[in-house]
Amino acid sequence: MPERSFPLPSEIEAVPGAEGWEAMYPYFSRFQPEDDQRFWFYNSMHFPEVVPAFDGITSEVPYTAIGANTARLFSFPTTMGIEYRILNGRVYITANPVLDEAEQGRRFVHFQERAGHYYANWDRIYGEWQQRIEALIAEIEAVEVPVLGELDPLEVVTGGRGFASNHQVRENFHRCIDLYSKMWHHHTELLMLGYGAYVVFFEFCKQAFPEMGDQMVARMVAGMDVTMYRPDDELKQLAALAVELDLADLFVEGAEPAKVLAALGERGDTGARWLAALEAAKDPWFNVSVGDGFYHHHLSWADDLTVPFAALPRYVEQVAAGEDLTRPTERLAEERDRIAAEYRALLDSEDEKAAFDQMLGLCRQVFPYIESHKFYCEHWFTTRFFQKIRAFGTLLAERGVLLAADDVFHLRHVEVEDALADVMLAWASGGTELGARHWQPIVAERKRIVEALSGWSAPPALGAVPEALNDPAVKMLWGITQETVETWLGGTDDDESTVRGYAASPGVVEGFARVLLNVNDIGQIREGEVLVCPVTAPSWGPVFGKIAAAVSDIGGTMSHAAIVAREYGMPAVVGTGMATARIRTGDRVRVDGDRGVVTVLG
Amino acid sequence: MGTLVATRSVLHLRDVGLDDVPTVGGKGAGLGELLRAGIRVPTGVVVTTAAFRRTVEHLTSAGLPIPARVAALDPADAEELAAATAEIRAVLESAPPPDEVAEALTAAYAALCEECGGPDLPVAVRSSATSEDSAEASFAGLQDTYLWVRGADSVLAHVRRCWASLYSVESVTYRLRRGIPETDLGMAVVVQRMVDARSSGVLFTRSPRTGDKSVVAIDASWGLGSAVVGGDVTPDSFVVSKVTGEIRRTVASKTRWHRPDPSGYGVVETDVPAELQDRPSISDAEIAELVAIARRVEAHHGCPQDVEWAVAETAAGAEVFLLQSRPETVWAEKDRARTAAPAARPFDHVFHVLGGKRPSEG
Repeated sequence: MPERSFPLPSEIEAVPGAEGWEAMYPYFSRFQPEDDQRFWFYNSMHFPEVVPAFDGITSEVPYTAIGANTARLFSFPTTMGIEYRILNGRVYITANPVLDEAEQGRRFVHFQERAGHYYANWDRIYGEWQQRIEALIAEIEAVEVPVLGELDPLEVVTGGRGFASNHQVRENFHRCIDLYSKMWHHHTELLMLGYGAYVVFFEFCKQAFPEMGDQMVARMVAGMDVTMYRPDDELKQLAALAVELDLADLFVEGAEPAKVLAALGERGDTGARWLAALEAAKDPWFNVSVGDGFYHHHLSWADDLTVPFAALPRYVEQVAAGEDLTRPTERLAEERDRIAAEYRALLDSEDEKAAFDQMLGLCRQVFPYIESHKFYCEHWFTTRFFQKIRAFGTLLAERGVLLAADDVFHLRHVEVEDALADVMLAWASGGTELGARHWQPIVAERKRIVEALSGWSAPPALGAVPEALNDPAVKMLWGITQETVETWLGGTDDDESTVRGYAASPGVVEGFARVLLNVNDIGQIREGEVLVCPVTAPSWGPVFGKIAAAVSDIGGTMSHAAIVAREYGMPAVVGTGMATARIRTGDRVRVDGDRGVVTVLG
Repeated sequence: MGTLVATRSVLHLRDVGLDDVPTVGGKGAGLGELLRAGIRVPTGVVVTTAAFRRTVEHLTSAGLPIPARVAALDPADAEELAAATAEIRAVLESAPPPDEVAEALTAAYAALCEECGGPDLPVAVRSSATSEDSAEASFAGLQDTYLWVRGADSVLAHVRRCWASLYSVESVTYRLRRGIPETDLGMAVVVQRMVDARSSGVLFTRSPRTGDKSVVAIDASWGLGSAVVGGDVTPDSFVVSKVTGEIRRTVASKTRWHRPDPSGYGVVETDVPAELQDRPSISDAEIAELVAIARRVEAHHGCPQDVEWAVAETAAGAEVFLLQSRPETVWAEKDRARTAAPAARPFDHVFHVLGGKRPSEG
């Protein structure tokens, strides 16, 4: 029997027009010949698009942090960290398992002590965590791009500071990188322990109730006061305020934010009150990226009001029609507790019920972190991070090194330091920066490369077929199991019209598909359509009020689309791997959220 | 009720319950118990084990000592065994039973007809075993079911066919090899109003596939349930969550059905009309009612149940009837193997699952 294999990394053909793409990423992210023997899968959940050169930091740093926590801090017995490679601008990853049983045993001793300390003190540590992460956010917000004037201010001299402002160019830029790294260490500090608690309860439920849908476990533990819903809730309150202040006529479908703001400015006192409320809501709640915080161009609501203003007209209309848009948290909590109580009652023995109570209790304890950390890390902090990097880009553009501030994102972060050194030297010497000649052709070439690579269809997996895939983290975060691998290998009998994924939220509906590859296009969604997208993030929230069902390429039962779809009570199939490739806008599709199947009807 | 139940030849289902298995068999006792629990069951009577014993004694005193003849057989002598059991079965099916038994059954059938408002009431005649030994039950031909039987004489004839099945070659061989005395032998027969089922089938109050107790699994098809039980049709499958009511449905193409013979006697198997074949055989409302009834039965018995049911169109609209309910046995065994215990600290569960192989486990 021939060995089954995915395409080998070494055999992937070059993309025409993208020659030299390797220089956009660090050498340690490149596939090596021996990598052909290993199993890699495309992390399209976090990296659904080509990664620009600077944005390579959003794989380098998170994997530095997550592995440090699992491998070196908490000593997870069966897994070290995650290795990543970049191919044609796409990020492939693989987990490093610990296979030696004696080694697992040694690691287990430390795991018990270290993880045990965190679990035993979870509430205190999570409270401190929130303070620590908010302190990091305050630090990144305080970073300044130094002003390089004709002369440094007199106080630098009279205050005896001892160093000129050009010194701070690199120091402050580097602080951004360092803070970003620290943020990711904080992000993953509690993440794997949180998922560990979830996986344990999940496995117990699956053993006791094999026919229970994956989404049911999440429904039993879902938190009610979830930070992730807050930006959307703020929008709803702004919509209510608009109605209350008799400003509803300004919020019509398709109106540009700038024009709406200008019109509000002409409405006197009421307009001013609404604008003040908008400003209050913005910080921090509009610091939500339209993506998942992994790309500089996934701007936040605060950076670009298009997304929130696209959602406002509908909310205003609903409020005007007398609808109550507040989340029915009491009803949701009752339903959550009813479901848990009924499953508990179906267990055989008092012992099982006691174990169920323990696992559910632990899960509910860790869940506020799991549901809320993304707002703090990927959204609030990361929005500020990219804003600061863009500010250094502005410096480089003002000094003539780059043509535009955003061009900074076509340099790797170590290259940005080079370019900044050029500025520091030129300012000091009274000479001229040499970067224009050096960097501008590179930026232009990389823009062409990104364009060329964007048309490449990344295989979902590369290399050897794994014998067993049982890493709970891989399953929970990316929704990848042995079955997923079989589907990728084409081992099922499905025809072209069937797409399979995770049953993330129950129910069956039929509707017309709207395929959105880019979140900036969410204005195209029409009432009752089925959203088909690579992956969703919190800022997609407003879309869920309009759509009939959600389908994504990547995601597990804990992914954003899954969580939100469950709360909205609409079917969702996530982690399909290929929905955006197989389904076209306008196709009539049936989404079966009970079985995780999407069928193209025609 | 003790002596009354123990001695009468025929009892109404409403007068029996689970304690009466020795007299009315498992099926009869189960149906009586369902009635007691307030479940809608087609009305009927049970011909008791006392009636069977009286008949055997009557035949013995008439010079046909069946128990003695069986006890004298050599289970190794296949030829003799086949000949002797065939003769015994012929005797049981043809020799008249004692007058008291025949009269009691005739009177009970007449009362049933009156209860249901018409003569010649169609009934189902089913054997009802007293033994809890499932192996013995299967040898004893206890699956015997005769549908759409009408008239007192025909009912009596079918009751005797049920009795005769106790003397199949397999059943007798089984008793002889295990040394089960013929004096312990007993069988009851249920005579129950026939439901003109529009749709019918079986259900389990747990998944037969995985043992999951949080679902009710329903198999359903058009017409009488015998088509589903006998495997003559691929039924629709509905798996319903007890917690949320969500239904996972697989609607099959149901090509054959069992219907009452147009003559009014017996059952025929024919093609399902084309327009019905691919339609779900029960509505969502009927599914919900079945699940509610099944859960009541399960709660009444305190363990998962294996249920036969039917839906009939009556003057009052579609009505759901249970035809039989018995404890589910396949998964009950496996349940005992499953264990989960509370840990000293909740997070010890995490160590247990994510801990990998530990040296202590070898």
